[in-house]
Amino acid sequence: MDRSSRSRSRRLAPVVAVAAAAALTLAGCSSGSGGKKAAEGGSGAPAGKADTPRMTVALVTHQSPGDTFWDIVRKGAEAAAAKDNVKLVYSADPSAGTQANLVQNAVDQKVDGIALTLAKPGAMKDVIAKADAAKIPVLGLNSGLSDWKKLGLLQFFGQDESVAGEALGKKLNEVGAKKIVCVIHEQGNVGLTQRCDGVRKTFSGKTETLYVNGTDRPSVQSTITAKLKQDSSLDHVVTLGAPFALTAVQSVADAGGKAEVATFDLNKDLTGAIKKGTIEFAVDQQPYLQGYLAVDSLWLYKNNGNYSGGGEQPVLTGPAFVDKSNVDRVAEFAAKGTR
Amino acid sequence: MSTAQRTEPASGPPPVSGPAPGTGRPLALRLVARPEVGVFLGALAVMVFFLVAAPTLRQGDSMATVLYQCSTIGLMALPVALLMIGGEFDLSSGVAVITSALTASMLSYQLTVNVWTGVLVSLVLSLAIGAFNGWMVVRTGLPSFLVTLGTFLILQGVNLAVTKLVTGNVATDDISDMDGFGQAKAVFASSVGIGGVQVKITVFYWLAFAALATWVLLRTKYGNWIFAVGGSKESARAVGVRVDFTKITLFMLVSFGAWFVGMHNLFAFNTVQSGEGVGQELIYIAAAVIGGCLLTGGSGSAIGPVFGAFMFGMVNQGIVFAGWNPDWFKAFLGVMLLGAVLINLWVQRTATRR
Repeated sequence: MDRSSRSRSRRLAPVVAVAAAAALTLAGCSSGSGGKKAAEGGSGAPAGKADTPRMTVALVTHQSPGDTFWDIVRKGAEAAAAKDNVKLVYSADPSAGTQANLVQNAVDQKVDGIALTLAKPGAMKDVIAKADAAKIPVLGLNSGLSDWKKLGLLQFFGQDESVAGEALGKKLNEVGAKKIVCVIHEQGNVGLTQRCDGVRKTFSGKTETLYVNGTDRPSVQSTITAKLKQDSSLDHVVTLGAPFALTAVQSVADAGGKAEVATFDLNKDLTGAIKKGTIEFAVDQQPYLQGYLAVDSLWLYKNNGNYSGGGEQPVLTGPAFVDKSNVDRVAEFAAKGTR
Repeated sequence: MSTAQRTEPASGPPPVSGPAPGTGRPLALRLVARPEVGVFLGALAVMVFFLVAAPTLRQGDSMATVLYQCSTIGLMALPVALLMIGGEFDLSSGVAVITSALTASMLSYQLTVNVWTGVLVSLVLSLAIGAFNGWMVVRTGLPSFLVTLGTFLILQGVNLAVTKLVTGNVATDDISDMDGFGQAKAVFASSVGIGGVQVKITVFYWLAFAALATWVLLRTKYGNWIFAVGGSKESARAVGVRVDFTKITLFMLVSFGAWFVGMHNLFAFNTVQSGEGVGQELIYIAAAVIGGCLLTGGSGSAIGPVFGAFMFGMVNQGIVFAGWNPDWFKAFLGVMLLGAVLINLWVQRTATRR
């Protein structure tokens, strides 16, 4: 009896505290610098709207939750969908079996077009055949450069992770790197492994691999620091995502080394770091473009029968290198979260 | 530095429901029979092993790197261990760290207020989440494993969805140029120079909190209550222990820890990724269990998880310093941890043998 009254007062406490905090906020301890007031809001490129009949497109990827790269792919797809009067159904799962089920789900819903990633091509074979039987056009994006034709897809947009890796490896040769470490932030992730393997293929120096726990930033930082201390001959750290590049910069400072950081993918803070010179360059496969083109092409195919590449050649979206020479232009769009 | 920890007051044995040390046996054996001494020896063995295997680990600043990783695990392993002594689990502790960091970051940025406002609001929210967990557990009588599994999934989804809703991206905006950031960074994420080596401030907080928790467990009424509710809820209630109060505050203690580590993450890295933190809860629980906390509750210590976290961090970083094949990293980690735990077990068995 008196226990319940006690717990009631304890339940009230947080409410009171939140109210007090809100009052504090309103009382105006506002920040004189930074924050939202300093940043200008903005969305992707504004566009008109097509007057074609409403159609449904399913985009099915192998994204793991909360991944920046795929978030940008999705934004591109959404922008095209808004312009083309398309209803976009987005779904994603990193496990191949589940991804195949999601495609099956789209086939069952009788969508007008399917765009999917082929991280694990073998697992997609059967569902693609089912989509063909149901007369639904299917195209590939991002991964599956070597398999899309075999699987009978209509067209392909993007750039294989391994091709992006090879481009980065060549760039490392140009800047005179001798020994690098490639930091994989999710063990067993197909795309990430392909990126490092691509780098290894074209880079003429020595490539080491390092696995870090991508869900724990302090651990990422200390593990990269440990690696740099263990091997002081490392002259470049290659990370596979923008947040990890920014963490690696701190690791380099901690280790007191002179190693440079290069990375895959972009985000707003990363363009700032390239401007400052703390990060040497980033390779960008333009995820926004991959998502945008995938949806836009399905719309074109339905309304005018066009398809890019003539069913023979893929459409490449990268590699676009971002370094000091061109970062200003890119930063403008990265600030909006679309590059 | 870990040897300094040995001089913790080990007198006045707490009401442990473990093996009662025989009275007529030598002090050394009685001491070794305590779980935290076993784990200390295990941690020592791991440390010596890697100091031999990895020459670069012998520099002071390398040790500082190892300790940094240990501290971010250890800061959470402490309250998680206390909660486990109190007989409950918290599976939401890993994502709760990210929830608190996201809250502070987004609130400050979106309202353009001094970052301390965000820090305080996020503390309130974190404590509220802890209170909710505790209240659900004592009210429903459901296993905390299930309740906090629910909270874990909710927070994981909320972290992602709210971040996307508020910022339009899956990470928060950089707040490093806002008022109060410098002060907050000094408090939560600075480094202290000791004899030419930069040691991260989290290491000191970790050891200070461990000392405090040890004192609470061994010297206060509340500490006795923790052991009592973990040992037997009904008996504890019968002798006048405020069971519900103890359990709810323990959950809130875990969420306080999550808030603290979350603030460190935010001020050390300026931005927060919304998908982080998943899987960390098991590492915290592992550190507590390696440190001698029973999965069934009622037994353990505050100093054990310190060595547990140290062992985990040491193995984690030691493998990198030793330059072993990284493909086997996780396998090495598992084997080393098992080995360390077996040493711990063997030490205790030998010590308690009649």
